[in-house]
Amino acid sequence: MGSYSSSTEKKLARMRLRGLIKKEIHQILRDPSSIGIAFFLPVVLLLIFGYGVSLDAEHVPIGIVIEQPGPETNAFVAGFMESEYFNPVFFQSVQQAESALLQRKIMGIVWTRSDFTRRLLGGAEAPIGVIVDGVDANQARIVQGYITGVWMKWIASYAKAKGKLLSVPVNIKHRIWFNSAVRSRNFLVPGLIAVIMTLIGGMLTSMVIAREWERGTMEALLVTPVRIREIILGKVIPYFFLGMGGMALSVFISIVIFHVPFRGSYLALGLASALFMLTAIALGLIISTAAGSQFVAGQIAIVITFLPAFMLSGFVFDINSMPLPIQIITYIVAARYFVSILQSLFLAGNIWPIYIVNCCYLAIMAALFFMIIKKKSHKRLI
Amino acid sequence: MLRRILALTIKEFIGILKNRKSRMVLILPPIAQIIVFGYAATFDLKDVPVAIYNEDQGEISRQIIARFKGSRVFRIIGGLQSDDQISPVISLKKALLVLHFHEEFSKDILKGGHGDLQVILDGRNSNTALIALNYVHTIVADFNRSWAKKNGVGSSPARLITRSWFNRMLDSHWFIIPGIVALLTIVVTLEVTALSVAKEREAGTFDQLLVTPMTPFEILIGKSLPGLIIGLVEGTFIIIATCYWFEIPLRGSLLVLYSGLFTFLLSAIGIGLMISSISLTQQQGLMGAFMFLVPSVVLSGFATPIANMPKFVQDLTLLNPMRYILVIVRSVFLQGAGFDLLWTQYIPMAIIGIVSLAIAGFLFKRRLY
Amino acid sequence: MSRARDNDEGYCIVAQNLRKSFFSGNKEIVALHDCTFKVKSGVVTGLIGPDGAGKTTFMRLCAGLLVPDSGSVQVLGFDATEHFLDVQTNIRYMPQRFGLYEDLTVRENLELYSDLLGIEPEKREDRYRILMDMTGLAPFMGRLAGRLSGGMKQKLGLACTLLKPPRLLILDEPTVGVDPVSRRELWEIVYSQVEQEGMSVLLSTAYLDEAERCQEVILMHEGHVMGQGVPDRFSKPLSGHCFMLKPAPQKKRALQRSLANRDEVIDAIILGERIRLVTTEAMEPEAVREFFGLEQTVEITESEPRLEDAFIWLLKERLKKLGRSVKFKTITHRKVAGKGDEEVIVVKNLKRRFGDFYAVAGISFSVRRGEVFGLLGANGAGKTTTFRMLCGLLPASEGQLYVAGKNLRKARAKARERIGYMAQKFSLYVDLTVLQNLRFFSSAYGLFGKKQEERINWALEAFDLKDEANSISRDLPLGYKQRLALAAALMHEPDILFLDEPTSGVDPLARRQFWAHINSLADAGVTIMVTTHFMEEAEYCDRIVIMKRGRILAQGTPEELKKRFHPPGITNPTMEDTFITLIEMEGA
Repeated sequence: MGSYSSSTEKKLARMRLRGLIKKEIHQILRDPSSIGIAFFLPVVLLLIFGYGVSLDAEHVPIGIVIEQPGPETNAFVAGFMESEYFNPVFFQSVQQAESALLQRKIMGIVWTRSDFTRRLLGGAEAPIGVIVDGVDANQARIVQGYITGVWMKWIASYAKAKGKLLSVPVNIKHRIWFNSAVRSRNFLVPGLIAVIMTLIGGMLTSMVIAREWERGTMEALLVTPVRIREIILGKVIPYFFLGMGGMALSVFISIVIFHVPFRGSYLALGLASALFMLTAIALGLIISTAAGSQFVAGQIAIVITFLPAFMLSGFVFDINSMPLPIQIITYIVAARYFVSILQSLFLAGNIWPIYIVNCCYLAIMAALFFMIIKKKSHKRLI
Repeated sequence: MLRRILALTIKEFIGILKNRKSRMVLILPPIAQIIVFGYAATFDLKDVPVAIYNEDQGEISRQIIARFKGSRVFRIIGGLQSDDQISPVISLKKALLVLHFHEEFSKDILKGGHGDLQVILDGRNSNTALIALNYVHTIVADFNRSWAKKNGVGSSPARLITRSWFNRMLDSHWFIIPGIVALLTIVVTLEVTALSVAKEREAGTFDQLLVTPMTPFEILIGKSLPGLIIGLVEGTFIIIATCYWFEIPLRGSLLVLYSGLFTFLLSAIGIGLMISSISLTQQQGLMGAFMFLVPSVVLSGFATPIANMPKFVQDLTLLNPMRYILVIVRSVFLQGAGFDLLWTQYIPMAIIGIVSLAIAGFLFKRRLY
Repeated sequence: MSRARDNDEGYCIVAQNLRKSFFSGNKEIVALHDCTFKVKSGVVTGLIGPDGAGKTTFMRLCAGLLVPDSGSVQVLGFDATEHFLDVQTNIRYMPQRFGLYEDLTVRENLELYSDLLGIEPEKREDRYRILMDMTGLAPFMGRLAGRLSGGMKQKLGLACTLLKPPRLLILDEPTVGVDPVSRRELWEIVYSQVEQEGMSVLLSTAYLDEAERCQEVILMHEGHVMGQGVPDRFSKPLSGHCFMLKPAPQKKRALQRSLANRDEVIDAIILGERIRLVTTEAMEPEAVREFFGLEQTVEITESEPRLEDAFIWLLKERLKKLGRSVKFKTITHRKVAGKGDEEVIVVKNLKRRFGDFYAVAGISFSVRRGEVFGLLGANGAGKTTTFRMLCGLLPASEGQLYVAGKNLRKARAKARERIGYMAQKFSLYVDLTVLQNLRFFSSAYGLFGKKQEERINWALEAFDLKDEANSISRDLPLGYKQRLALAAALMHEPDILFLDEPTSGVDPLARRQFWAHINSLADAGVTIMVTTHFMEEAEYCDRIVIMKRGRILAQGTPEELKKRFHPPGITNPTMEDTFITLIEMEGA
């Protein structure tokens, strides 16, 4: 200090930073595992999740028991046969159907008794029994909805044919915006990008820093005139670009392979991704200060980045419906903001107020994380 | 021989439990997971924000709105004054759905017998949207029935009488939480077994072990037992939490449940040891376990049904032991199923277990030196 | 603001009441107790002391990597705590395991450090050339650092620190695990730099012969400074105390053992066929015979005192003052069955290939019962590979090998009960306590019940581990760990013992204790096979083999080899001279 003029000092600082970045690039290029984590992992995860995770029930096997067939029940059953949601299986008696349900061969039973036609024609309210397998409550509810749909359609056409006034005073006409085909992949895939990027940012950075401690290279770095901020930047910059590469690849896969519509601006996406990448990398840096070894760093990264990003980001599970304490926790999950941005940009377009608010949160988190890093890191061994 | 195996098992246990870090790995994730999954992972909605755009002056819309107000699922965030306001309120996520009663709504119903209620939903999370729509349907159907009854308009010719078996209230916790029993046991068992050999390789103790008269078979058994025991203990912990904390009924027999858990653990250990015998460092072991765990959880039916997956993925899941244990755990808990219904699940799992243990044994012997 | 300026008195480091402690679990370990001393500028100063003396802590404090609990350390006139950046600009520090990036090439490592040290790009190539010529690394510029041998890595590490000649160079055990040839080269580089650039050097070492060449040494023990001065100042007072005895060959171990534990003896070690004796009182050679009751056949000559003698003397004095035992313990071992000179290890044309590379390229030797047999060689000579094959840890590609009449690779597990193995680095379970480790290994070797308890008690007693029985192995000092490792390898009373660099990084006193154990095992008829980098240790062996690049260069007794191979003009060569001569002869 004082021994150099500020311009020479600046020149030296630039040289040091460049050296560190160059080194990191060499290491990335030589070590296939970094590239693997950045590019191979997203592809594999996207494929697994993209194909494996779907909430859209189709061809649900459903047991149908018609105790006494007739033209009316035939019309009703036809509704199930035509629907792409169902895969009807016929049973002679309800006992048989019930045992199939117990064996989980069918998801539900629709059952008309032998007196169904008589009661229907007699004008009495003819009951249709519906049993659904409630083990998977979400699916059960969706199946119930589908059955109700078939029933409503049938009853409307039945009433029309009979010239009867339908007792359905309020008729719901719904429109589902942004995803009218109701493809769950359309929202799951963008959400996944956030999860994957958290994992990459957190795991990659925390592990490469832990590696330096483990191999003793950090001690050797620390005793050079390098400044701590240069060491940090020397890590952040290369992995930032690596992560952005993985990000671009993920977006490409989502659009090209999974046909997720993209309705917003790519520039906005790039900007938000950059902010998010920074928070993810910052989190990785924080993990690495806590973990002494790559092994521990990897484990912490999985537990504190992957799980929350998956469960608490609102990407599958609705945040509003969580208990309040857990809702509060979601505020410190950066993925939450990024999921919101991604789902909007992909499906809804540039919704600036949402975009800006969430970007602000991300920026605040990034700033906060880097402040913690600045406070926590120093050129000391302990 | 038994004594040597016992000595190795005891040593493994001390090693696992003495080390603060590995103790944490065994204790913290189960607790974190059961909290997160138990509370956060739910498809049941509550407090869904609803905006109401009511152009109707009539009575009927008011009655319907009152029903929405009374529902725990929905929370009315306010009224809209014009068409233009719908778009921002949805786009900006202020409301998940907008109920739009048009001007003639009540009049239509009173005059013509029916009127249209328009529901606009935010489909960015289409699953949430669908569930919310189902709730809307339920509320409106209830209203329809009581309105028809009150006004003596010809009642519906047929009516659905719906019952849900096994989970009367369709509470999705009942689905997710028993699943954690399977999820957690496999995570912990893999952690313990997949890293056990790599850890010794890194520390150099593996050579020391190999120069003793212990045979590879003895080492293999000694390395499996801790995974089995820890898996069973953690499984029991989650089962207890499921029954007593989350109050989910355990309708079947413990014998059926534990035989399933045991078979499952064998396959988990087999896979863990396979990973262990091919990984040279703990990091490789960890990555291997992770790369196995993620697909096997996603493709197990843990959160989303296997039936919804493409055909080739469904076929792939047949190799996944988790697929079978999930059926067993859930059936035993909610359905009270016994061996008669579940034997088809035990057999493939046992086959996977035997095959993976055999491969692990082979790899282990080959890679030993 | 303090300026970079050497302290008036010409000292580069000034430590004042320096204190530093660490926590290990709940136990506070004081690494430095209020140390006050100065290190001279322009000379090479050696920091010597047993494991746990506080050498590394002191160096890290100097480099500004640690903050002292109290006191201060001034480096080149800067406070190392306050102005660590100034310190780091002007010094270079090479940590024990120099952090080379093993996945970068030699050139890339040099580039990185040039960037970090701010060397102008146009000056770099010249500097690289000078350094690479000096270290002999010029042909390997494009090779990954991870692919270099241990000695080459150290030289590259040193080259990285010398890119911009610093005013003070701090080296933490730069020669641990480095073979004697590379070690000599490293020293030449350091001394040439001191001369050419006038830099000051502070280094720590476990090799006392290296320390002897320093211009000044500082002796440390458990965080205290025991003394400081030129090496002569320590060894001079011992002139007239040092003797070489030449007893009948079969009696040397027994004699050495009886001498080593006498109160009047500072040190007694085996050097080839002789015993080196250091007495507490100065005396005439003939008086020695009388005083110790030696036979007439024993030749006695006077010998020059060495720094090591002084170090051991000071250490023993200090330990006595602290009330600790300085007696060497011997261990009891059942007499190994079998007759005389039977060959228990036979190796014929042994080869081991990794890909295209022959790590062991056809070696043959045999070891007789009760022999202490040494395997020596430069880094990467194939010693460890040979060892692993002998223990059955690695299959041989070609050739025959028999240990106790069996090929351990193929023999049933039972055959392994006859061997004991101590790996290169401490490789017992660090999470387990001493007792748990002993219990586990004795069970693994099939000991149970009463017999097991007996052996465990024996181990705790014989290796002085009683007080630490319930300590976690991780927290033990190096010397204890090494004793524990030996104890674990001996639980089942093996006939043959394999020791892979057993004393690496261990201080001279602990090394002597270790060899006292080994010698008593050899007396009981245990066959001992050992690898080492300490040439002095090679002289403790009955016979040795020197390897290079997978081949055997020479084998025989230390005396024979010393007679056959030595630098021209030297009449009384050390084992190190012989080793280097042999290696270089082959290289030419």
